[in-house]
Amino acid sequence: MDTMAAIKQTFFQECEEQLAELESGLLAIERQESDSETINAVFRAVHSIKGGAGAFGLDELVRFAHTFETTLDLMRSNALDITHNLVKLMLRAADGLADLVRFSRDGTELDRARIAQLHAELTRAASGDAAPAIEATPAPAAADQGDGPDENGFTPIRFSLEDLVAADFGSLPDEAPKGPLVVSFRPKPELYAKANDALVLLREVKRLGDVMISCDISEVPLLTELDPEGAYLSWTIELDPSIEESAVREVFEFVTFDCELDVSTKAIEPSQATDTADFQVIPVTDIAAMLAEAQTPVESVPVTPQPEHKLTPTETLIKAGMAQAAAQSSQQTTIRVDLDRVDRLIDLVGELVINQSMLAQRVTEAGIARLSEVAVGLDDLEHLTREIQDSVMAIRAQPVRPIFQRMSRVVREVADMTGKSVRLVTEGENCEVDKTVIERLADPLTHMIRNAIDHGLEKPEYRVAAGKSEQGVVRMTAAHRSGRVIIEVSDDGAGINRARVREIAVGKGIIDPDAQLSDGEIDDLIFAPGFSTASTISDVSGRGVGMDVVKRSIQALGGRISISSRPGQGTTFTLSLPLTLAVLDGMVVTVAGQTLVVPLTAIVETLQPKQQDVHGMGETSRVIAIRGSFLPLIDIGLQLGYREEEADPFNSVAIMVESENRTQSALLVDGIIGQQQVVIKSLETNYGHVFGVAAATILGDGRVAVILDVDAIVAGTRSEMNRPDHRKRSAA
Amino acid sequence: MMQASEKDLSANSELIAFRIGGQEFCVDIMSVRDIRGWTQTTPLPHSPDYVKGVINLRGSVLPVIDLAARLGFKPTEPTARHVIIVTQVNNQSVGLLVEAVSDILTINAATIQPTPDVASELARVFMKGVLAIEGRMISLISLDCVLPQTQETAGTVH
Repeated sequence: MDTMAAIKQTFFQECEEQLAELESGLLAIERQESDSETINAVFRAVHSIKGGAGAFGLDELVRFAHTFETTLDLMRSNALDITHNLVKLMLRAADGLADLVRFSRDGTELDRARIAQLHAELTRAASGDAAPAIEATPAPAAADQGDGPDENGFTPIRFSLEDLVAADFGSLPDEAPKGPLVVSFRPKPELYAKANDALVLLREVKRLGDVMISCDISEVPLLTELDPEGAYLSWTIELDPSIEESAVREVFEFVTFDCELDVSTKAIEPSQATDTADFQVIPVTDIAAMLAEAQTPVESVPVTPQPEHKLTPTETLIKAGMAQAAAQSSQQTTIRVDLDRVDRLIDLVGELVINQSMLAQRVTEAGIARLSEVAVGLDDLEHLTREIQDSVMAIRAQPVRPIFQRMSRVVREVADMTGKSVRLVTEGENCEVDKTVIERLADPLTHMIRNAIDHGLEKPEYRVAAGKSEQGVVRMTAAHRSGRVIIEVSDDGAGINRARVREIAVGKGIIDPDAQLSDGEIDDLIFAPGFSTASTISDVSGRGVGMDVVKRSIQALGGRISISSRPGQGTTFTLSLPLTLAVLDGMVVTVAGQTLVVPLTAIVETLQPKQQDVHGMGETSRVIAIRGSFLPLIDIGLQLGYREEEADPFNSVAIMVESENRTQSALLVDGIIGQQQVVIKSLETNYGHVFGVAAATILGDGRVAVILDVDAIVAGTRSEMNRPDHRKRSAA
Repeated sequence: MMQASEKDLSANSELIAFRIGGQEFCVDIMSVRDIRGWTQTTPLPHSPDYVKGVINLRGSVLPVIDLAARLGFKPTEPTARHVIIVTQVNNQSVGLLVEAVSDILTINAATIQPTPDVASELARVFMKGVLAIEGRMISLISLDCVLPQTQETAGTVH
């Protein structure tokens, strides 16, 4: 069943895309930027989810999607006025649908009460202004695909609603729906060709209630004449009168055009009945036995006239999946690739770059003239490899749109919870970032949005009093700036209450009561561990984590976060993130004959220490005075155990770094070689974690260099007194 | 744990024998991925002294263990004539610095004798048994413990 699981996984992947499509469509409608195609797209998204869910027997999902779809269909046919409230309901229904999809996929917790309530609201909305005729036939209406091609592979299904209504429903209002329903179902070969199975449909029908199913095998030819891809069986189904005709039609919804289907009540003799007066009525279960009697291998002719060629059901499914994929690729030229393969490619290109620079170095060493053909050829190679590297990195890059869309849901929920009216404005959703970075941005961004609404925006009455519009605005923007991606989250609220922040910081012992702090420094206090401005821990943003956690997760991504706030005008958080986690901008330095890489994100500035600036502090520690403040001077060579004697600071270079909590320190190294983009290599794969080392990389000369973990080193020196390990080690 | 090296040697196994400090040792050939000449390593901070550092093995970062130091001999002063045996242990690749590869042996599991009691404690941790071949004594090494254990690495730090 691995194939089945794989197809199901594909279905869920597509669900995510459909959900995103659905949400962006609804948001466009909310902003009144929609056209008829938008609502069609929204409808198709829900319809595709429903269709797929039906195939996998996800009944809960199907039911909800169906009601949702019905309401959307009414909106599409202008039977419902698109009001603000209706769109709000649709958005919430989209959230509910997303929950159901996730529930079906991961078995995550599901708020059934909420789903049920949404379901009820949708039904009510649909019945509200609905034209009764349309309402009575939700299934066929739903099957109408509109103009656009279906993205779920059901493309050939296209039929005219009028025909159907005229043929089957024209007489419906006159009929008293009391007599038993008789359904005549005669599949065409196309039905099987599309990987549908009559048996499955019959089972579905059986689930509706009491049914009598009989099979007509009169058309089955002798085995020698049997077309393996033909369809010879037909069925007559007699149903309990209590079963709705629409429910029956719904079962056959996806095969309407691949079979002859006739639904009528018993009062009117179905036209088919006369033709098939000489039916042999045989219970379904006996057919296999009968066919076996006819000396047919049972496995090749199961209950349904499964085509006799070699496709197993799973293969048929794969074929269907492939057809579906093909149908998709014709619309959007994308392919799904396993992330591991991309990563492998990125690794290999990394090797290529290293190899190329090694080669270049050798050529220079060999004394070959710069203008010789070899050297020129190598230059071309360098350009090519850089270009390949950029292109490969771009494969992993993904637009930030999905994460931004997720935030619009957060905004809705938090706004509901806090009773504030909030509008989310997003910009630069097409900005591309490495997939891993995007995935790890979700939590910090959620937290920041919550904070912005809960703490940033004022209550509506205060806003009005301050002369602002009642509706608060949270703005989220993404942009590329000098090789990094900048994401800003801002609100137009009251700004940071600095007096209050200061008070809390003093109260919690984060700062001294008489500390002199600039406005910026006070703002930065909210990143301090254990700081929370809300006086009560609210449901919304107070979950025991604060902005310090946000800051740490951003730093773990190699990013930085900063804050700016203007009283009465709002607060802006700015995230600066690397485009990828596979490479890093580093400063290559030498220490005790070793080459090391310091991540550029940590570096504030570099300087040459002067005699008068370096002061001893205690027996072993030294500090350096930079513009009036004293920073600890950390001798990297000593710290990493590369040498035992302290370096002479006046023949060294000090690199000012900023680590967690915005504390600054100066790292003492022997010299700076230059800045370089390096490919990050894990040390953990073959060795393990090493204190003070974040990762390794391979430099142009083919040798391994370690990348410093600045935070760990700075934190390590603070507990230096208890841990003189470098001395112990060198003695050992 | 089910690495080739750690499976019980089947009836006929091939071993790679090498020299350290004048003695002969061997490992199961199935755990050996590569044999290469000594290249300068990049030392790792805070590592035990038997960890020579890391080298670039076709793009991945390979730790190199001075097997002599690991077994309690005098640390090796590597020269161009020294050899790094690249082995696969518990899904990790580890390079073993040895003096020279001396032989490839085909042995029968029955010929492996238990490690004599006289051996030092260190030796008993790393040796699975000894072989007597043409009058030579060759110790069979278990590769499981050559890398510093995670706790041990941390232990040198805190």
